[in-house]
Amino acid sequence: MATKTKTLPPACMLKGYDPEVFFDEMLTAGGETRPHYHRFHELFQSVTQPDFEHKRQSVDLAFLRQGITFNVYGDAAGAEKIFPFDLLPRIIPAKEWEYLERGLVQRITALNLFLHDLYHEQKILKDGVIPPFYVLSGKHFRREFVNFNVPRDIYIHVCGTDLIRDDKGNYLVLEDNGRCPSGVSYVLENRRTMKRTFPQMFESVGVRPVEDYPRELLRMLQYIAPAGVAYPRVVLLTPGAYNSAYFEHTYLARQMGIEIVEGRDLVMRDSRIFMRTTKGLQPVHVIYRRLDDDFLDPTVFRRDSMLGVPGLVNAYRAGNVSLANSIGTGIADDKVMYYFVPKMIKYYLDQEPIIPNVPTYLANEEADRKYILDNLEKLVVKAANESGGYGMLIGPKATAAEIEEFRKKVIAEPRNYIAQPTISLSRHPTHVADGLFEGRHIDLRPYIIYGEKIIIVPGGLTRVALRKGSLVVNSSQGGGSKDTWVLYGDE
Amino acid sequence: MLSRVANSLYWMSRYIERAENIARIVDVNLQLLLDLRNLDEERLAKHWLPIILTTGDEAQFFALHKKATAQNVTEFLVFQLANPNSITSSICQARENARMVRDQITIELWEELNRLYWFVRTPESRHVWQESPSEFFQQIKSSSLLIIGLSYTTLIRNEGWWFAQAGKYIERADKSSRILDLRYTTLPAKGLPETVSETDALEWSAILRSCSGWDAYKTLHGAEVSPRLVAEFLLLSEDFPRSVRFCVDELNLALRRISGVSEGKFCNDAEKLSGRLVAEM
Repeated sequence: MATKTKTLPPACMLKGYDPEVFFDEMLTAGGETRPHYHRFHELFQSVTQPDFEHKRQSVDLAFLRQGITFNVYGDAAGAEKIFPFDLLPRIIPAKEWEYLERGLVQRITALNLFLHDLYHEQKILKDGVIPPFYVLSGKHFRREFVNFNVPRDIYIHVCGTDLIRDDKGNYLVLEDNGRCPSGVSYVLENRRTMKRTFPQMFESVGVRPVEDYPRELLRMLQYIAPAGVAYPRVVLLTPGAYNSAYFEHTYLARQMGIEIVEGRDLVMRDSRIFMRTTKGLQPVHVIYRRLDDDFLDPTVFRRDSMLGVPGLVNAYRAGNVSLANSIGTGIADDKVMYYFVPKMIKYYLDQEPIIPNVPTYLANEEADRKYILDNLEKLVVKAANESGGYGMLIGPKATAAEIEEFRKKVIAEPRNYIAQPTISLSRHPTHVADGLFEGRHIDLRPYIIYGEKIIIVPGGLTRVALRKGSLVVNSSQGGGSKDTWVLYGDE
Repeated sequence: MLSRVANSLYWMSRYIERAENIARIVDVNLQLLLDLRNLDEERLAKHWLPIILTTGDEAQFFALHKKATAQNVTEFLVFQLANPNSITSSICQARENARMVRDQITIELWEELNRLYWFVRTPESRHVWQESPSEFFQQIKSSSLLIIGLSYTTLIRNEGWWFAQAGKYIERADKSSRILDLRYTTLPAKGLPETVSETDALEWSAILRSCSGWDAYKTLHGAEVSPRLVAEFLLLSEDFPRSVRFCVDELNLALRRISGVSEGKFCNDAEKLSGRLVAEM
């Protein structure tokens, strides 16, 4: 290694890299390396291009070999892809992380208070902070669960909040994923991969570990077990091997040492849930479900669901089985509710939001709708209940036909659309080809666990839009990921 | 253990065993052809057809192909996904089952099975096949054996282990008996000839090699290949790990370990049947 660095000029890998007009995570507008990237950059200079290429290929191969893949919907059978992984880590200094942590704790606290209120007294509606219409028309509002007390009064146990940075580097919340956020297995696997690939960097850069996540998750799940159960049995409920996140389900179950079950493995008897084992039926107390409300129980929700457990809701209501996340959290994921989160924070906590929202326009409000329709080519328009980058219009990149299509949709169903200004997401140096690095837009999804305490594993999933100029980071739309390093210090 | 998990472990290990067995059968027969002379089309068909009959897929085969040529048969047994028992299908099934119980098996086992899967699913395997079929089979066999070895050295010996064992041994007993069946048709109706022609000897030794039993047989009986001894060896040997008897004993043991019922008694149909098989052997 030492001999190689002598023959090649230093910094050759990132030479000629241009941050352009965007906020770059690694470099300032003047082209200086930001302080928290100093040590990484120093070490990275000693990596030659052939070295890097070799590391990159072996990492891709390792992901494929380990089966760290996701299924592509609508593709031929057996279509599995690896989630592309970029070897340049995104680095967050300690003070910045401390700020994010405070903001996220505030936000999840408010959201849980909101859900409790919504499913009990509905004070926030009565006080006119949120127009009741928006809640009652919410696709994921479960009126059957009004006045139902969830275990430990926690609704969102696991939350994956999407954060972005604008052209000034300010953090903004893009959305709260309070149903079944996925991706945390990539956080853990990306880290393992980086440790194997660049072991020497971890020693000197000072990166906070993320390995604790499965243990914290299990602890939370045990904490919400029904009262009086000394040794609760926790299981993970998966839709099955054909789900796009199946790798993650098995991964988490294995890390926690719990059973992974499908709906057909569970059965309800006398308002209790059991699993079918080779030694007969065994009781189940806590279900970490990776299945949307709609599919949980065909006797209550969608009748055509083959994935759920008939009678599960009955057992849940009887308090014999706990669910994480609780039923009915989907209303908080509604993009119209997102608009009201700063108001919730003010209403329940009497605080100003620490991390602001992206400015949002509600198509259902007369003035906002007019603004949206007049400015479609500048705005990002989103359907209120879609995710994964589907049902979205990015005005500046859309064709005239696409804009007209969305105009019709917004006029037809104003309740189901919101619009936001197009944020110029921050960029990060990313390998594009043959040792060439270019800026690509990124976001950040930290994972929050709400149990006895609120725990946020330092870091999260940094997703990167690999297509040049693209702002869409979803894996289904050509996104990749990076390891996220939260430092012990600021440099 | 979840019943579904037990089911998946059983099939995972059974399909791995199946892939390895088919690889051996086809490999040995391809090599055997090199030793035979005067092969016209009819004789070739005579050679390949029993192999299809052995695997029990003749209906499926003739639905897909008109004639039993070397190319059709090997394609059918090795690559064709329309044949649920081809090597490729078996490996896909094994991996699919492993994926369902990813949390129950070790990373070492999974990675190797996954590697084998990607090997047969990518064009690489075709290249290897075209370059050298025996190299291709070598890869399949050594990977399967590695997987079996990895299960021995890394899997915890719980209930799931015994389900996997049951799957493996039932498949192996089945395949050993079918391989033997390959030459059964060429035998006289009654009694076994003590001496055999050179060609026959080659074919009988091919059978032994198909069961990885050539070396073990030689140790016991010397290099003289007698159909009676081969049949006895493959059916009744107590010590050869691929003989039908050995496999049935192991299957019986696995079933009893699962249920906890002692020898001579039974608590389910599977045990009853395997107990009867042991007695008959």
